Amino acid sequence: MDSDLIIQILFAAIKTGTPLLFIALGELICEKSGVLNLGQEGMMLMGAVVGFLAAYSTGNAGLGVIAAIIMGSIMSLIFAFLVLHVGANQVATGLALTIFGTGLSAFVGSSVVGQTIEGFKPIALPLLSDIPFIGRILFQHDILVYSSFMMAFILMFVVNKTRIGLTLKAVGENPHAANAIGIKVLRVRYLAVMFGGVMAGLSGAYMSLVYTPMWVENMTAGRGWIALALVVFASWRVGRIMLGAYLFGLASIMHLVLQGLGWSISPNLLAMLPYVATVVVMVIISADKFKEKLLAPRSLGKPFDPRQMA
Amino acid sequence: MKLKSLLVGLGLLAGTTMVQAEDPLKIGFVYVGPVGDLGWSYEHDMGRKGLEEYFGDKVKTTYVENVPEGADAERVITQLAKAGNDFIFTTSFGFMNPTVKAAKRFPNVTFEHATGYKQSKNLGTYTLRTYEGRYISGVTAGMMTETDTIGYIGSFPIPEVIRDINAVYMGAKSVNPDIKIKIVWANTWYDPGKETDAANALMDQGVDVLIQHTDSPAPLIAAEKRGLRGIGQASDQSKFAPEAHIFSVRDDWAPYYIKQTKAVMNGTWEPKDFWGGFQDDMLTLASINPNLPTDVRAKIDATQAMIKSGEFKPFTGPIKDNKGNLVVPEGHTLTDVELAQVSWYVEGITDEIPR
Repeated sequence: MDSDLIIQILFAAIKTGTPLLFIALGELICEKSGVLNLGQEGMMLMGAVVGFLAAYSTGNAGLGVIAAIIMGSIMSLIFAFLVLHVGANQVATGLALTIFGTGLSAFVGSSVVGQTIEGFKPIALPLLSDIPFIGRILFQHDILVYSSFMMAFILMFVVNKTRIGLTLKAVGENPHAANAIGIKVLRVRYLAVMFGGVMAGLSGAYMSLVYTPMWVENMTAGRGWIALALVVFASWRVGRIMLGAYLFGLASIMHLVLQGLGWSISPNLLAMLPYVATVVVMVIISADKFKEKLLAPRSLGKPFDPRQMA
Repeated sequence: MKLKSLLVGLGLLAGTTMVQAEDPLKIGFVYVGPVGDLGWSYEHDMGRKGLEEYFGDKVKTTYVENVPEGADAERVITQLAKAGNDFIFTTSFGFMNPTVKAAKRFPNVTFEHATGYKQSKNLGTYTLRTYEGRYISGVTAGMMTETDTIGYIGSFPIPEVIRDINAVYMGAKSVNPDIKIKIVWANTWYDPGKETDAANALMDQGVDVLIQHTDSPAPLIAAEKRGLRGIGQASDQSKFAPEAHIFSVRDDWAPYYIKQTKAVMNGTWEPKDFWGGFQDDMLTLASINPNLPTDVRAKIDATQAMIKSGEFKPFTGPIKDNKGNLVVPEGHTLTDVELAQVSWYVEGITDEIPR
């Protein structure tokens, strides 16, 4: 393997990891607030199809991204209303959202199947892209990849270093205590769920505008689910999500690369790697009951009713 | 052309016997991908539409798309049979065992399974001589490549795909003795994301012409982005990659669906293993790119003509496998039964078939 090939593999790993990074960051914030949204895949698909429709009809990929973000947040608001206001079961509602999004996106998108658009062009960042090795891996992407970098770093700061981050954690760990000190728990959760929707929309837009600039049914192919695993894999830490997304990206292309090089490893085995890694991490985390509690937001998946005492 | 006249004859026959038919013949289709895949399932659905157009209200068709291969398929096929379909087409290799089981359970329903090899008294099989199109693809790719390296995105290592890889290689080798083929298994029939990854992995390694056995246009789009070339799979995929697209080998199932439906209506249907190719107009080259060099274009036309006339059959001996065994003796052409069991790579392919 020469260095050119390694650069190209890592470059591809970043591209493959980007949709995972977007959607997993969104799910992370959502889960931090104590809400488990299994509707990722559905929101992502809706984002992808609406983003594509908008970009296709206006010829402007930027508008596509905006449309995808709006669509993602609408989907998440439906979810938020059901689980936060009506008190519906989060798991069931999330699953329903995925099924709904999968079906609706196929329906909405049927008219543009087989159309293509001009997606985003890669932009080599001046100076940075000239750095040997790193430059070619990190700084010759398109604008959405760069925004995913930025988003990860902003979140790393916000979650760990700011009041907003603390509020979010408080709501996710102990909503009743948070309520008692005057934090509006439901409002925080609404915002967190919406953020998840925005990111899912972005992730969908990345799929249909950049990654494969076309719309086909079910084009996200389970990435929403991988993101859920990724959040667990990263044990609810932003930095680890970034690392995990690229590792998952790398693992999912590695078996293709190795085959091309003529390695006779079973591709099925290699394709399994990301999932094996998730299971292993789960086992490690669950082995230590104390650690497990420390990592997952404690009220994850539990509804909060301000009228009820803890 | 033989098939055409046969069709006309059957059509006249059907016309006389079917005039008094009251209930439409109910025909069900099971697809592995979405009808919008613009590849394999899309073309089967075009075949279904062709069937409806031909018979009008004498048939009533339904389809189920996106059916996973495995246990779900059995449920879907059973449902179609229970819903009163008289004739059911299952259109992916992985539907074989579920179809066999369903055929046993519903002896009064006629089944046809695409690309499989198990028949019974109410179950026939049909497939395309896709290797004919692959051979032409190989010849073309062998002439077009500048790196002498062509890439093949495989779906699953089943005889159909292995046979086609061999055909591509033999075609390429016939015009370019230095040709190398890189094979990547995507382990999916349809996943644009994964197909893009596979295409990029191949192009990263020096491949400049892509041939795919997966169904989405994603690899072509990836080739277009990098200024390289690719060949469309199953349906006309030219609009996805106006520059990169060399041609698409298009499947046309309508002639077969019409023929078999007539047989069922007449009560002359028999379980058979049917193979259709260029000779039967079930395979065509769609949208050959005008930007090809003239010598390449001439070679494409000549190869196609030779295959269409039956003058040339790709799997004619002597052929050695890549372990040195003589797998097709001199003067022998593989029969359909033998073609269905190809489980070796021809001499020169350095890869191993994954087990």
